[in-house]
Amino acid sequence: MKLRTTLLAGATALLPMTAFAADLTIGFSQIGSESGWRAAETTVTKQEAEARGIDLKFADAQQKQENQIKAIRSFIAQGVDAILLAPVVATGWDEVLEEAQDAEIPVVLLDRTVDASDDLYLTAVTSDLVHEGSVAGQWLVDAMGGTDCRIVELQGTTGSSPAIDRKSGFEQAIADHDNLEIVRSQTGDFTRSQGKVVMESFLKAEGGENICALYAHNDDMAVGAIQAIKEAGLNPGDDIKVVAIDAVPDAHLAIANGEMNATIELTPNMAGPALDALEAYLADGTMPPKWIQTESRLFTADDDNRAIYEQKKDLGY
Amino acid sequence: MPGPKHSVLKRIMPQLLILAAALALNVLVFPDFFDIDFRNGRLFGSLIDVLNRGAPVAILCIGMTLVIATRGIDLSVGAVMAIAGATSAAVVTDGHGWGTALLAGLCAGALCGLWNGVLVAVLKIQPIVATLVLMVAGRGVAQLITEGKILTFSNEGLIHLGAGTIAGVPTPILIWMALGALVILVVRRTALGMLIESIGINERSSRLAGINSRVLLVCVYLVSGLCAALAGVIVAADIKGADANNAGLWLELDAILAVVIGGNSLLGGRFSILASLLGALIIQSVNSVILLSGMPPEFNLVIKALLILAILVIQSPRITYLMYMLRASGPQPQPDTDPLSNSPKEEAR
Repeated sequence: MKLRTTLLAGATALLPMTAFAADLTIGFSQIGSESGWRAAETTVTKQEAEARGIDLKFADAQQKQENQIKAIRSFIAQGVDAILLAPVVATGWDEVLEEAQDAEIPVVLLDRTVDASDDLYLTAVTSDLVHEGSVAGQWLVDAMGGTDCRIVELQGTTGSSPAIDRKSGFEQAIADHDNLEIVRSQTGDFTRSQGKVVMESFLKAEGGENICALYAHNDDMAVGAIQAIKEAGLNPGDDIKVVAIDAVPDAHLAIANGEMNATIELTPNMAGPALDALEAYLADGTMPPKWIQTESRLFTADDDNRAIYEQKKDLGY
Repeated sequence: MPGPKHSVLKRIMPQLLILAAALALNVLVFPDFFDIDFRNGRLFGSLIDVLNRGAPVAILCIGMTLVIATRGIDLSVGAVMAIAGATSAAVVTDGHGWGTALLAGLCAGALCGLWNGVLVAVLKIQPIVATLVLMVAGRGVAQLITEGKILTFSNEGLIHLGAGTIAGVPTPILIWMALGALVILVVRRTALGMLIESIGINERSSRLAGINSRVLLVCVYLVSGLCAALAGVIVAADIKGADANNAGLWLELDAILAVVIGGNSLLGGRFSILASLLGALIIQSVNSVILLSGMPPEFNLVIKALLILAILVIQSPRITYLMYMLRASGPQPQPDTDPLSNSPKEEAR
């Protein structure tokens, strides 16, 4: 086994990379399936690999870094062509990344980054949380077109990086527009039920007719808040504009029903750009940039949301 | 009988005063707090929100009070909520009616309660450890049922339990009030309440006195499981979906807190469900203060901690004793209304 590994490693190092994509074997160390988004990411990664004829070896780490390190070592031993890694934590990766580097196996980080020297991995494919917030803010700026608007904000879990970044991105986007003002901001813990509870209190404290827009840090809270708005006898999407982030299937459904106005996609397809970069690198050594930012796409009522819902609902969200 | 009524009022007086204070605090941060109007076919107002949002903890604390009265504790109620919500959602998305779904949720809760009861009463495992098992594992079971996603449903009947109204009053309010009244009637109009108290004070002597403590203990955990299941179905119905990751998360602690604020001793013995229910309302009023005040969310937990601390300090035996001494003119002995200071003595006997 060891001999074969050595031979394989030697062969991959010596031979120029003329192999077709169909011959590629890629290992994917996934964190686990703690959220619907994570499950969708796994599904999409498998689909992307299959579409390119790549043999994907999948390892679920069940939220444990030690399992991920074990998986990476076994990928190295199997002599895979490349490794995709969605790291569960930021620290403690130097040693195993060096081992991969010694075996000349490129590693691409998905969705999260690590605290290690950036020459230990080929590239990182992540979304920009601040940018997501600013896309949401910009949408509202354009939608209001200068009319006054009192905004309420449902924050994510206090102190979490998506909550901090999505808040600051949104604030940057509306900073130069005096007609837009955030009048209430409270955490809804990223959950539907808290989103509903907090929105109920906003509606009482401000008066439903005095609120013109809701910005929620994720779709789940927005879906909860929409129910609260309806129960207060107002029309979500019309009386109160609703914009949120993530673009989960239920948000597309809400937009299709006219109860929500916009959502910004945190794409589960991190593997697409990663595999593109890997194929180019393995084919002729093209170095990708160190950070590939995924598109934060804006979905509004102009898109065919019902079709997107049908397409997304089976991804595992 | 003027006697018992008067003593009930005396028992819940501290809770009533604290609740009044908490509501006054709400008015302070939001002057229109008591305004209630009729909008979109339902009562609409902050006070209604407190009653409505307090429903899960109120329902949980009914079962929790009984468990704590037997000197036990049930840490699994939050996880049981998730299991019951997931079961109901799974049944209803399978195309069954809401009645079947509710029944399935309650059955799941009853099974969980039975499991806890057998561990505690038959295998004699300490309640905190026995129920910890389900607290940790239960959420995983719920996730298995929902396959890790939020299981949404659109069955009007089931949604009505959480988000609907009857004559304008949100259904959860009616459910917790009716359930509370029913359980109080059952334990106080029969000897059941006294038997439960006797187990909490001294299980061995109750057994020697002829009480079937084993069956009674299992029943108490069963009731707690049923209460948790009902709360779980309501929470799922409220958001039209079962969220196995978040439904009932940490609510077991709120339920225990409600029982404690209700002046019930964690050492078991005498209990008052009415006072626990007031405790649940006090907690929800505190939450309401935080939401209505418009303070940044970084302060949420600090404010809640300070208010709860103040409530517990005011209720502490030493402070109640001092207040009593201040009020009493002569050098009187200790007050007899305080269950906290009573229990250790009863134990020593």
